[in-house]
Amino acid sequence: MGTVNLAFHVAKEDFSKAGEASSSIKKTLKKLGIDSKIIRKVAIVTYEAEMNIVIHSHGGKITVDIDTEKIKIQAIDQGPGIADTNKAMEIGFSTATQKVRELGFGAGMGLPNIKRNSDKFAISSEIDKYTKIESSIYLTK
Amino acid sequence: MKVKDLLKEESFTVIAGEKGLDKELEGVYIGDLLSWVMAHLQENEAWITIQSHVNVIAVAVLNDAACILLAEGAYLDEDAKKKADQEDLAVIMTSMSAFELAVKINELMKENG
Repeated sequence: MGTVNLAFHVAKEDFSKAGEASSSIKKTLKKLGIDSKIIRKVAIVTYEAEMNIVIHSHGGKITVDIDTEKIKIQAIDQGPGIADTNKAMEIGFSTATQKVRELGFGAGMGLPNIKRNSDKFAISSEIDKYTKIESSIYLTK
Repeated sequence: MKVKDLLKEESFTVIAGEKGLDKELEGVYIGDLLSWVMAHLQENEAWITIQSHVNVIAVAVLNDAACILLAEGAYLDEDAKKKADQEDLAVIMTSMSAFELAVKINELMKENG
């Protein structure tokens, strides 16, 4: 298998399309014959990253690069940025609105879910500029 | 058992994704917080929830859920119905509570193996 690169734009507040990027990524991984346990991890990471962009950002994109060793997922948005990324990583901490919470989002589990399912994880952010999440999941350990 | 075996319970109504009724059903997960469900719902489990918007279909499909069971009369919106049909994910509604539903499924699983 060579390198496979996928890229998806994710619009802000577009709940009607939310989850489509993750579903499409999952279908591609299935076609590539990736192990179902790995696919589950990638699905969780991409879904949470996608929902974060929809709920919290001004829009962004998700890229997935697959090579023989790992699947690398990057989610980058156009702001507003996170003031304290350590706080954002705490289980249960959320800045989601009441309206969004009523739909079942905003549990404060998204970023922790991403980290837990990543073999390598990094988050960086600058106020009014961007938030970037990088997650790598190894195909072989 | 298969998802369609649930329909032996007469008060269950399939409202979308009828092509998904042949899927295997091996257990049940109950939850309404989507990130929580995303982390814990397992393949071939029936997911009991009261959430009924289109994103619920994505969560179920990403986790390879057997089907969605909408408790306490929760009803799917049109976008969600369309998505469930596209993804062949059966969505069943009932007026039962999540607890009553889980008990009923447990009985049906004992009867149908």
